[in-house]
Amino acid sequence: MWITAPQVARHARAGQFLVIRAHENGERIPLTISAVRGDAVRVIFMSVGKTTEFLSTMKKGDALSDVAGPLGKPSEIEKYGTVVVIGGGVGIASTPIIAREAKEAGNHVIGIIGARSKDLLILEDEMAAVCDELFITTDDGSKGIHGFAASVLEQLLKERKIDCVWIVGPAIMMKVTSNVTRPYGVLTFVSLNPIMVDGTGMCGSCRVTVGGETKFACVDGPEFDAHKVDFDSLMQRQRMYVDEEKASVEHYHHHGGCGCCGGEHR
Amino acid sequence: MTGSPAGKEVRDFNEVNKGLSADNAVLEALRCMECVRPTCVKGCPVGIDIPAFIQQIANQDFAGAAATIKRDNMLPAICGRVCPQESQCEGSCVLAKKEKPVAIGALERFVADYEREHGMTLPEVAPPSGKRVAVVGSGPAGLTAAAELARLGHAVTVFESLHEAGGVLTYGIPNFRLPKEIVRAEIEQVKRLGVEIRLNHLVGRSLSTDELLSYDAVFLGTGAGLPYFMGIEGENLNGVYSANEFLTRVNLMHADRFPEFDTPVKRGCNVVVVGGGNVAMDAARVARRLGGKVTLVYRRREEDLPARAVEVENALAEGVQFVCCANPVRVIGEKTVQAVECVQMSMCDLDESGRPKPSCVEGSNFLIEADVFIEAIGQGPNPLLVSMLPDLKRERRGNLVVDADGQTTLGRVYAGGDVATGAATVIWAMGSAKKAAAAIDRMLREE
Repeated sequence: MWITAPQVARHARAGQFLVIRAHENGERIPLTISAVRGDAVRVIFMSVGKTTEFLSTMKKGDALSDVAGPLGKPSEIEKYGTVVVIGGGVGIASTPIIAREAKEAGNHVIGIIGARSKDLLILEDEMAAVCDELFITTDDGSKGIHGFAASVLEQLLKERKIDCVWIVGPAIMMKVTSNVTRPYGVLTFVSLNPIMVDGTGMCGSCRVTVGGETKFACVDGPEFDAHKVDFDSLMQRQRMYVDEEKASVEHYHHHGGCGCCGGEHR
Repeated sequence: MTGSPAGKEVRDFNEVNKGLSADNAVLEALRCMECVRPTCVKGCPVGIDIPAFIQQIANQDFAGAAATIKRDNMLPAICGRVCPQESQCEGSCVLAKKEKPVAIGALERFVADYEREHGMTLPEVAPPSGKRVAVVGSGPAGLTAAAELARLGHAVTVFESLHEAGGVLTYGIPNFRLPKEIVRAEIEQVKRLGVEIRLNHLVGRSLSTDELLSYDAVFLGTGAGLPYFMGIEGENLNGVYSANEFLTRVNLMHADRFPEFDTPVKRGCNVVVVGGGNVAMDAARVARRLGGKVTLVYRRREEDLPARAVEVENALAEGVQFVCCANPVRVIGEKTVQAVECVQMSMCDLDESGRPKPSCVEGSNFLIEADVFIEAIGQGPNPLLVSMLPDLKRERRGNLVVDADGQTTLGRVYAGGDVATGAATVIWAMGSAKKAAAAIDRMLREE
C-alpha cells in the first residue's frame, strides 16, 4: 500500500516505521517503511487482525485518518564490508530499503529472503535488483532452497567473512537466525516489533530488555543488537492481547463485514 | 459544588464535579472582600485579575468576566477544573484564614462554561508582525505560548506528534475530571486566533531540527511524557502498565469502549497502582470505572500524598483502597501478573523535600493479589528532540536549563512547562509559557 504523506516521505530512512490510525475509532499501529517514492511511502502488511483486515479493503484514493512518522532510529548503516540482509515472511518488506542503503554505503550486499511457501514470498525482484547476491528459501521447498534462512546464513558464515547482518521477520525467526551469528561474533541487527501505542516514547508499551536494560523500541530502536535482546520476553508481551484481538476481529466481521447494521463503527 | 455520592459504584466517565449554578456563582462572588491589595492574584501563576472578574460575576456580567479572565488565560474552563487552587489563588485568599476562601476556581469554571454555552468571544489580535514562530507540543504550555504569540501578531505553527491536540489534557487527565469536549473547545479558540496546529508531526523526525530552527523563534513545550519504571523484577509481565500507557489507552484511544474502538486495555479484577500523585489517582479512578477492585500503594504516609486532597477524597469515595507506608518490590506471575509483592516502609528523618524518608522494613513483605499493575511513579522530560539539539543544556534529570524568561542555552529557542520545570501542574506550565511568550515577543520586536 502506498501512502501519500510528504512529511514522512521527505525524511524517511531505512529501518524507520510509521504509525497509522485507519479511521476515527481506530487503533494506532506501527508499520515499517518499505519504500519511498516522491511524497509517498510504501507499507506492506499481512491481513492478520482487525486493522490490517480493514486496510486490505481500502482502495486507491481512500484516506487514512492519521499517519505519523518517520518514527524510530534509522538503521545504523555504514561501510562494514560484506553484509547480509535477511527477511522472513512479511519482514521482507523492510529489506530492499536496507539493502539499497547498505549498497550505497559501499558494502557487498547478500540478500536472503524466506517464506513458508512461494505464494508468501514478496519483493523478490526488488531484492534481486539491489543485492549483489540473493538467496531464496521456502519452508515447504516450493521455491528456492528448501529450508530456513538460518541454514543459508550458517553456510555463508562458514565459507567467508561476513561483517554485519540484518534480520527482519517474526520474533521467533529473528531469535533463531541471530543465534547463528552469535558464535562468530558478527554484528547482527534485528528490527523488533512489539505492541505500540503512541510510537513516540510516551507510554512504554513497547519496552524490551536489551543487554539487561529496559529500552523503548519506538525511540531507542526498533533495531537493536540481536545478541543482547531478550526475545522470550518480547514474544510473551506480543501475546498480551491475543483474546482481545480475536474479539475485535469478530466484532469487525459482525458490524463491519455483514452490512446488516451499517458497519457504524467504521 | 456537588460531587457524586460517596461510596457509589462509579462506572461512567462523566464529570464528577458538576459546577456552580448562576445563582450560586453570584452568591459566591458576593463573598469577595474586594481587598485593596489582593493576595489572590499573587497566588495565580498567570496573574488573572481575580477581583475584577469576581466583581463582574457579582454584577451578573458573565461575558465581561470571561473577557477579563481571557486577557491572561486562554484556557479558563480547563484551569477552573484542574488547577490546585487550594495552594494558589484560594490558598492566598484572606478569607482562607477566617472561614473558607472564595471558591475562585469554581467561579472561573462557571464563567468559562457560561461563555462556551452562550457564545465565545475572542480577544483582539494585533496586526501581523511578519515573524514565524514554531511551538513544539500542544499541551498546556504549547497552547498558552501559541495563543499569546498569536495575539501579539506572530504567525504560529504548533507541532503535535499525536493525532489529537492537547498533550496531557487529552491523553493524561481523564474525562471525569476534564471532559474532552471542553479541551477541544478551548483548543478551537486558540486556533481561531490564527494558530495552525499540525498533528502527527514528531519534531526531530517529521520535521528536521534544521527546519525547526529556520523559524524566527522556537518554543519547546514538549512536556514530561517519559514514564519512569521502578526497575523491579517482573515488570515486563503482561498486565504491567505505566500510568501513561494505561491512561493513554483509555483517554486518547477510548479503550473503555473496546471493541467499538479498536484499542484494548486489560481491565483487571484486582488492580494495584503504585504512586501517590494526581496521575496515580487518575489511574486508580479509571481502573475503578473499568470494574476492578483497586488498591493504591504509596510508600509514605497518607498525609504525605502529593496528590490534591480533593483527588484523594474522590478516589476514596469511589472505593479505591489505600495501602500507605508500603512499596512494591516484585511483580509475581508466569506470563501475566498474579500478585504484587510489597514491603512495609518505616518513616525516617526528613529528607530535602521536608517529607520523611521511607525505608524498607526487612522481613515485612506481603502479597497483594493482582492481574493488573500500574506504575505511576513519575515522568521525565521527553528526551527525543532535546537530545537532537546538542547545544541545549540539560540538568541532571534531563530538564532544559532556562533563564527566568524561559530562554534556553540555544539562541532563539525558549522552553516552558514540564520540559523546563520538571513534572509540575498545568497552570505552572502555562505560567512559564506565558513568560517565555512575552520574552519571544520582545526579542522579535527588537530586531
